[in-house]
Amino acid sequence: MLDRALKGSQGYWGWLIFLLVLMGIGLGCWLYQFFEGLKITGMSRDVSWGLYIGQLTYFVGVAASGVMVVLPYYLHDYKAFGKITILGEFLAVSSIVMCLLFVFVDLGNPVRIMNVILYPTPNSILFWDMIVLNVYMLLNIIIGWNVLAAERKGIHYQKWIKVLIYISIPWAFSIHTVTAFLYAGLPGRHYWLTSIMAARFLSSAFCAGPALLILLCLIVKRVTNFDPGKEQIRTLAGIVTYAMLINVFFFLLELFTAFYSQIPGHMHPIVFLFKGLEGVGNLAPWMWAAAVFAVLSLVLLVVPSTRRNEGTLAVACAVLIAATWIDKGLGLIVAGFTPNPFDTVTQYWPTTPEVLITIGVLATGFFVLTVLYKVAVSIKEEAAA
Amino acid sequence: MYDGGKIIIGLIIGLGLLLSPFFYNAGKAAKAPDPELTQKAKEAKVCVAPTTYMRESHFTLLDEWRHTVVRDGERYYTSDDGKKYYKGLQTTCLDCHSNYSKFCELCHNYVDVDPYCWDCHILPEEKK
Amino acid sequence: MMGVDRREFLKITGYAALFGLGGKAAMDIFAPGELEASMQGPPLTEGKRWAMVIDMGKCLEQQAKGKDGCKACTEACHRVHNVPDWGNPKHAIKWIWQDKYEHAFPDQPNPFMTESVRHQPVILLCNHCFNPPCVRVCPTKATFKRESDGIVMMDMHRCIGCRFCMAACPYGSRSFNWGNPRKAPKDLNPDYPTNRDYPERSKGVVEKCNFCAELIAKGELPACVQECDKIGAHALTFGDLNDPESNVRTLLQEHYTIRRKPELGTEPNIFYII
Repeated sequence: MLDRALKGSQGYWGWLIFLLVLMGIGLGCWLYQFFEGLKITGMSRDVSWGLYIGQLTYFVGVAASGVMVVLPYYLHDYKAFGKITILGEFLAVSSIVMCLLFVFVDLGNPVRIMNVILYPTPNSILFWDMIVLNVYMLLNIIIGWNVLAAERKGIHYQKWIKVLIYISIPWAFSIHTVTAFLYAGLPGRHYWLTSIMAARFLSSAFCAGPALLILLCLIVKRVTNFDPGKEQIRTLAGIVTYAMLINVFFFLLELFTAFYSQIPGHMHPIVFLFKGLEGVGNLAPWMWAAAVFAVLSLVLLVVPSTRRNEGTLAVACAVLIAATWIDKGLGLIVAGFTPNPFDTVTQYWPTTPEVLITIGVLATGFFVLTVLYKVAVSIKEEAAA
Repeated sequence: MYDGGKIIIGLIIGLGLLLSPFFYNAGKAAKAPDPELTQKAKEAKVCVAPTTYMRESHFTLLDEWRHTVVRDGERYYTSDDGKKYYKGLQTTCLDCHSNYSKFCELCHNYVDVDPYCWDCHILPEEKK
Repeated sequence: MMGVDRREFLKITGYAALFGLGGKAAMDIFAPGELEASMQGPPLTEGKRWAMVIDMGKCLEQQAKGKDGCKACTEACHRVHNVPDWGNPKHAIKWIWQDKYEHAFPDQPNPFMTESVRHQPVILLCNHCFNPPCVRVCPTKATFKRESDGIVMMDMHRCIGCRFCMAACPYGSRSFNWGNPRKAPKDLNPDYPTNRDYPERSKGVVEKCNFCAELIAKGELPACVQECDKIGAHALTFGDLNDPESNVRTLLQEHYTIRRKPELGTEPNIFYII
């Protein structure tokens, strides 16, 4: 089946080479980081996680959101999604690839990564995160690949695959819950210490992931002969709308608790994000942009005519992704560290090599995604022919 | 066989690459090193364990030391002959074996190992 | 630093311990015979719960004597443990250090407090929590609480540098080696490494105060305490909380003490006499 990835148009190869170049630049910067240490990043003793861990968090969400096409199809027998479950599963696989790479590039001692397995530590959430992420990736590779292979041969997939599918559904929820637990159980980090964190993570994942999937479906439709389908995109748009409404609602709940209680520890990270604290406000323009994007996406999604129009839906999805990315990929991590344990503020902004490494990892993920989608779409095209 | 010629050429190239280190090093047998003992080491006569054991397995002992010291807080080592030693690479081992370049490094280079001990543990200052 | 002299000194204390003599410092923290027993097998800190009481009154008294205050404990500790100065607060490595009162105890804000109190320097170090969150989150057990005596230790050989512990520590007591300490600016660290009997660190590992586990093992007090005693300030007291008769327990009986962020349930083992 993989041979389908070796035959493609000029545009396909051009895109892959473009990604390879970005990956190469990222690798070069990572080698620089490997030899010099993480001091080449913008992170510091006060903001000791940054862009890398933010991306990990964001893409765990995208990976988990694959369940938003798998669940309706397999549990509710919503037939229309049968056509695109493979796209959701392969999006999940490539997202997890990125997640694992983001953890890897964030490590101070990457050569020792196997210590996590050599010295298993059940009381550490990071240990569990490693387990659930890897298992989720395996599940999606096995399920996606076997279902696709069966489709190619025109037969029904084997029964045992169904068992894995049923396991993969709660597993998707678990990966983002465990990722939320990385943050939500740390004493003294007020922005993170909230029991609604996992719920917030899931809601933002279930809007951002399907929004990305809608954009991917629209691209697939444009560049290949496979049409993911109007109804499918319409249903996805409905899911995105509800999830985004819940996501914004959950955020407003956080605002209420912080500002009605007037507890400084709860208010300060949010004030830092939107206004700045002790003269450091470099994220404020971003956060306000995210707020505007969120409102804009909701307007476009809630109004039926713009939701059903593919052009405006695409815009809605794009600004939604931007809004959730700023919230989760950037603001969440920095605000968790702000103010620091001494109630002072240290500014964080990623450096150029740090951004290039991040882009390199993203390019790797999209490379995997492109190859997997090429295989899936080619087989769909053959089956239709 | 389709493309039989190409496959065979490919195999030969692959095999050649695989064996290239052997060709590269052929006929250049490295001489076994002859590590030197410092005056202090000679006078001490005995190490914390018999010489053969130390030569073959000092890293096992060091690994055990670092584990028991750091993790269990057991700071003292009793050798087979009942002598007590304060466990420490820098403070005990290198106290006698203070000639890194003529002792440790010779063998490490010979067997081509690059232990990361020295990333943190400080080498003794050698008198030239 | 006089490597040989120190090594000789070590040997002398070692022999002294063997013959049951014990140094003066050893007498402070160990009962007679304890040090010798430790050489037979079990670590000599078995069953202890090490703690420190910091007398801020005495510390401030000493601070007032010098023109730039007093940095004796910080300097001694950082010298003994080869802690480099990066010159950049973002990359600073801190084992024991000073910060203003308002930063040390941010949960005690009071707008009517005088400026001088607000800015009083407070000695900060790892709290060696009885219930350490950093240990809870470490994915490799590279940081762990020593069962024998409660010291929160770092295993630099195992740390993968994920910095989860830094996110978990509510006291900012953990520092990451953002670069190789050997490449720290030479002009700021002319004599680095300052102690040739103690290792350095590699880049990419987290480090912190280890309560001088290496000195305690020899029956000596932690370097900061020794230094503070040497200059005659006696502001730092190190001892065993499990022993009701110990120096620290006596101080806790006699004085009102506070701990940093007790509401978080970490149970710090560093106490402040205010």
